[in-house]
Amino acid sequence: MDYQTLFDAKEVLVGLLYLLSAIFFIIGIKNLSKPKTAPRGNMLGATGMFIAFLTAFIDFGIHIDVNSEAITATFDYWYILVAAIGLGAVIGVWSAIGVKMTGMPQMVAIFNGFGGGASLLVAGVFYQFELETTSASELAIPMLVATVLSGLIGAITFSGSLIAYGKLQGLKIIPGKPVNFRGDLALKLLMLVAMIVLGVVMVLNPGTIGWYWLIVLGGTLLGVLLVVGIGGADMPVVISLLNSYSGLAAAATGFVLGNVVLIIAGSLVGASGLILTMIMCKAMNRSLVNVLFGGFGGVDATSSESADTMYEGKITQTSSEEVAMVLESARRVVFVPGYGMAVARAATAVRQLSEDLEKAGVEVAFGIHPVAGRMPGHMNVLLAEESIPYDKLLDLDSVNPTFRQTDVAIVIGANDVVNPAAREENSAIAGMPIMDVDQAQTCVVIKRSLSPGFAGIPNPLFAKDNTLMLFGDGKKMIEEIVKEYKEL
Amino acid sequence: MTLIYLITILVMAVFLGFELITKVPATLHTPLMSGSNAISGITIVGAVGVLLTHLSVSEVGVLPFILAAVALFFATINVVGGFVVSNRMLQKFKGRK
Repeated sequence: MDYQTLFDAKEVLVGLLYLLSAIFFIIGIKNLSKPKTAPRGNMLGATGMFIAFLTAFIDFGIHIDVNSEAITATFDYWYILVAAIGLGAVIGVWSAIGVKMTGMPQMVAIFNGFGGGASLLVAGVFYQFELETTSASELAIPMLVATVLSGLIGAITFSGSLIAYGKLQGLKIIPGKPVNFRGDLALKLLMLVAMIVLGVVMVLNPGTIGWYWLIVLGGTLLGVLLVVGIGGADMPVVISLLNSYSGLAAAATGFVLGNVVLIIAGSLVGASGLILTMIMCKAMNRSLVNVLFGGFGGVDATSSESADTMYEGKITQTSSEEVAMVLESARRVVFVPGYGMAVARAATAVRQLSEDLEKAGVEVAFGIHPVAGRMPGHMNVLLAEESIPYDKLLDLDSVNPTFRQTDVAIVIGANDVVNPAAREENSAIAGMPIMDVDQAQTCVVIKRSLSPGFAGIPNPLFAKDNTLMLFGDGKKMIEEIVKEYKEL
Repeated sequence: MTLIYLITILVMAVFLGFELITKVPATLHTPLMSGSNAISGITIVGAVGVLLTHLSVSEVGVLPFILAAVALFFATINVVGGFVVSNRMLQKFKGRK
């Protein structure tokens, strides 16, 4: 038997198997573009992952030595593999099955963090093994640069995701409000520059692993600083960005190992997260730099004062009975839910009302703002859980032109995304795309009080003539409307 | 493999990613995210790789093996949890017909 041929055959086989798994990922994501084919797309992605996982055992575990004409296998530490995979799989399945749909953002955040953490650890251990077997001067510069990037991006992803998880989960130890202090921007920039300098030092002086872990430590602190200064309204942007980073960290680790499937899968995810980040930024009309380095600004005493003058004598309060009567004569009703609907656990009641309206021949639709939930597409998942058909869920661009033909718009648990102040130039949310609910014949806003949303500014919608304010708990109010509507 | 090949693959994959993702409707953005999140757990390949090394504990000490085991543990949670949770969500989108 010719060992050279065997060696080449193994290389080709491994390369083709990795290519196959990459093809599965690509077709999987392609299938995710339609609700009908999406479950299959997810299964294809999982299949691709399984192929890549098995291939890794052939790739790294079976060694064909051409010189000594021997085939060896390195499965000495198989028990570590079994333990880590077994434990990881059990925890993964357990948390994925147990999580509520409202808790999806923090679940995705922490999974992102684990991905980033895994990438930085793999790059670090591989680097140390290289230092054991290769003399430092023989280490290729691109490999070293990739190692630095993997450590830095991986660490930012890891710590940033843990902080995001804490904020979304409402853990007491991490403040939900943005933490800002004098000079925090300068500190972040200084740390980033310091990490880049450290990276250059490591690339020019390979040989000790210490530089690498110093970069990881710095990246961890930087991740904490970046996310701790960001408020709840900006979480959709942060999660998307961290999603992108976890992909980039995997791609960087791919360069460290010279592994093609890590590079392909990592860059697909990197691109995906970046697109979602841009969509979220656009939905709030803010730049990424503004989200990362500055909170909502310009909320001063004068604007909170104007809330009183804006609302005084102009608020029309209504009752569930009156809303039911308005709905009785409506032919088209659009619900505009915000995260407040999920917090009030009102989704089931909303579904019930929508079904009753439809039974009476009313046309019902749901207007979903891109940042209605806590992550991209979150509100759609929350409504899908209530078995509301996805063709009734309209995005901003398709629902807005229909408000003029809408008899009743029901805003529940949303505020900033329906604030007409966004159309004015000098507003804190100027230019942010909003739901044009004020163009509907009647607009019903279900809300506990007149308190402002995340942006901290008053909402002129509440003072409009065609706006009816229904004060109270979202779930209770909708349930009352359902009851009154049935009795009519 | 030479560096330029790998960079070419990276750039092509990024372009492909942009093409694929822009076609996903907003309705499916959350499952897309958890699914792509699971795909970023591809690092599992690297974690398996470093644990199948020729080196032994007596040569490099026990620490790298602990770190590699943690990496494999993290990556497995990421992969398994991500695909399972996406599947759970996507089943809900089937909805009533």
